[in-house]
Amino acid sequence: MAVLALPLAFLLTESAGAGVSNVWHLIWRSLTASLLWNTVRLTFVVTLLCAVIGTLAAYGVERTDLPGRSIWAVLVVVPFAIPDFVVSFGWSSISTWVQGFRGAVLVMTLAVYPLVYLPVAASLRGADPGQEEIARSLGAGRVKTFFRITVGQARRAILGGCLLVALVILAEYGAFEILGFQTFTTEIFTEFNIVDTSVACALSLVLVLLSLFVLAGESVSGGRGRLGRTGPGAQRVLTRSHLGRARLPVLLGYSLLVLAALGVPIGSSVYWIFEGGAHALTGASLASAALHTAGYSLGAALVATAMALPVALLVTRHPGRLHLFLERSTFLVLAMPGLVVALALAYFTTRYADSFGYQTAPLLVLAYSIMFFPLALVCVRASVAQSPVSLEEVAASLGVRRLPALVRVTLPLVAPGVAAGFCLVFLSAVTELTATLILIPTNAETLATQFWAYQQNLSYGQAAPFALVIIAVAAVPSYVLGRFFDRLPRRGHAQAPVVVT
Amino acid sequence: MTITLYNGQHIQTTDALVAAFEKATGIGVDVRNDDEDVLDAEIIAEGARSPADVIFTENSPALEYLQAKALLAPVYRSTLEHTPARYNSPQADWVGISARVSVIIYNPGLIQKNALPTHVLELADPRYKGKLAFAAGETDFQPIVTSVLRTYGKAATLRWLEGMKTNAGSHVYPDNETISTMVNRGVVALGVVNQYYWYRMRAEIGASNIRSRIAYFAAQDPGYVLDISGAGILKSSRHKAAAQRFLAFLVSARGQEIIAHSISFEYPIASGVKTVQPETPFAELKPNPISVGELGTGSQAISLLRDVQLL
Repeated sequence: MAVLALPLAFLLTESAGAGVSNVWHLIWRSLTASLLWNTVRLTFVVTLLCAVIGTLAAYGVERTDLPGRSIWAVLVVVPFAIPDFVVSFGWSSISTWVQGFRGAVLVMTLAVYPLVYLPVAASLRGADPGQEEIARSLGAGRVKTFFRITVGQARRAILGGCLLVALVILAEYGAFEILGFQTFTTEIFTEFNIVDTSVACALSLVLVLLSLFVLAGESVSGGRGRLGRTGPGAQRVLTRSHLGRARLPVLLGYSLLVLAALGVPIGSSVYWIFEGGAHALTGASLASAALHTAGYSLGAALVATAMALPVALLVTRHPGRLHLFLERSTFLVLAMPGLVVALALAYFTTRYADSFGYQTAPLLVLAYSIMFFPLALVCVRASVAQSPVSLEEVAASLGVRRLPALVRVTLPLVAPGVAAGFCLVFLSAVTELTATLILIPTNAETLATQFWAYQQNLSYGQAAPFALVIIAVAAVPSYVLGRFFDRLPRRGHAQAPVVVT
Repeated sequence: MTITLYNGQHIQTTDALVAAFEKATGIGVDVRNDDEDVLDAEIIAEGARSPADVIFTENSPALEYLQAKALLAPVYRSTLEHTPARYNSPQADWVGISARVSVIIYNPGLIQKNALPTHVLELADPRYKGKLAFAAGETDFQPIVTSVLRTYGKAATLRWLEGMKTNAGSHVYPDNETISTMVNRGVVALGVVNQYYWYRMRAEIGASNIRSRIAYFAAQDPGYVLDISGAGILKSSRHKAAAQRFLAFLVSARGQEIIAHSISFEYPIASGVKTVQPETPFAELKPNPISVGELGTGSQAISLLRDVQLL
């Protein structure tokens, strides 16, 4: 918790340096209003679109007889790992139509809808399909069942995903730079551009305030009702709903989504490899950058999910005010630009820790874990909420101690959420750039820093292979996650053949 | 012995300079790359324990800013002497290494050469409404604002910025790369950039895909500004002697030749070395004779840009 608070402490210390009247003067002017309007309308529209696309895509993969489900399950997740600046670059090089607000909506929706898809898929995986069948048997149509039962079951995951989308958009920078769209965060980066850290930090505080509103909105709209059921370990094999005549249009929908979110950036990268200027590759090789990227990201995913599990258990099992407040506050970090988090760590380690760990791999991994902790938390929490506390109590009554009960009873139940959270953190870390540049060990390079180095110099032909390898690295955990989800029900069935119905 | 270089300059060119320096002296150089503004922020956050020995930036204001915060150590006179004095820090805290110049990039399909502005104030003329692009937040634009401010005063500069803002409308872009690409693709007719962006774009996408050209402002016009790239040594450095040798190498004939043949498309300015690439030789440029000291940290320009809400 203390570590998570460092960026906020840094912001407060630094903005104090700008002087209150100076900051006030900069905030209360019409530019702020137009930036606010841009930021708010973009966040609203993209969050809504992501909620719809992410939920529908998850439903199709998890609950219908969609052909090629295991392949779609991977393909719809991978777009999250394509750096947003690669997506924007791909689209804006196709058409000048992709610019400003509409460009930002298109690019951001395609880049971040997996933030809704993953938690929702994990939560549908853990939820009881029997409820849908009961609703159908009682005469509810497919559409009504979807809205009344399925959306209801996945509500916490949908809201959690929306929260992540909104916070991520608040902190987005690279994509909007390419699309020429101004938000609060692009303005903060401009202020950093003119070496005025204190003002940039003060503006970041406004961003923190905005995310408080988002968080408050999410708390008001969600979090009631118990979702757990007593027989999750005894889930029987799911009967998938038949798409029937809808099969073709649904397949077309998936194809369009994947083409837009994955095909365009890959296509433009391939185009640049062939069309770009022919320079020999310099610097670290692709392989070494890929190894660094994979290593740091794996570390971050492990640390972040390991921290998320106890927090999720604590707030779900003992939802006191203080616990909820602490949990909520960790989300603020998601809306802070990576640059702020990195500068905060630079400030505190060099001043108060004798530069201990500064610009070494462990601190970089810690920075990633701080930045992406909320992603893990949302996924893990959605799963914990579905795993009934009564099973732990049964284990306790049978004389199993708490820790073994946690490992043997709770962990298998929340595994889908842990896996999804691990995956989200890994994918985010793979593309992280601004904090990486400051905290990475000297002479090490990641795929993202190499892409940046060439793209900065307009060497798109040299940058493109790094973008492709980023996508390839990202496909691995997405694939593993898809396979993991596929195996879950069968395992449950084998362990506990006693059917509850 | 190894020194740490915080590099805001073009990575490929810096890598070539570092390799040659390591070979010549046996001193190792660890390079950390980032935007010059972020490097400044980083050095300030790190304070007295900064791992950086040398900082190498694309523009003088980033160095002037560190100098104003008293974070730079004096550079050896023997090094400063290689560069014409007007391109060095007035306080001898950093040395000028290379230069680039502001130009107009235009798309002949959208605007004729004879219809282009020749004076920077004309950019605010209503006849360029909807045709102009510029990057208000780019570190390369602030020197032009400072130059106009020094020539015409605050009131006229504010009017000029308001006019440019109106003319550009939605074409106020975040950086010069975007301006170059948009003008080349015919999204907007003309923009203000530094000359090297156009050369880099041509090298990257090939001359056959170039639909844009560059034009210069009238001689000594306030819009015609040289941006000086330079390097300084951190006061907190524990390897100052080695750092001094690195700076001396950058301005030596050997270092300057590497810059002249690099893909940075910048002008070497020290040891009498001449460029081989940009078509207008350095000696034929006729920029506004404003000094790096007068360009300063750019804080006045920033405050004007804020007044008209471009920042």
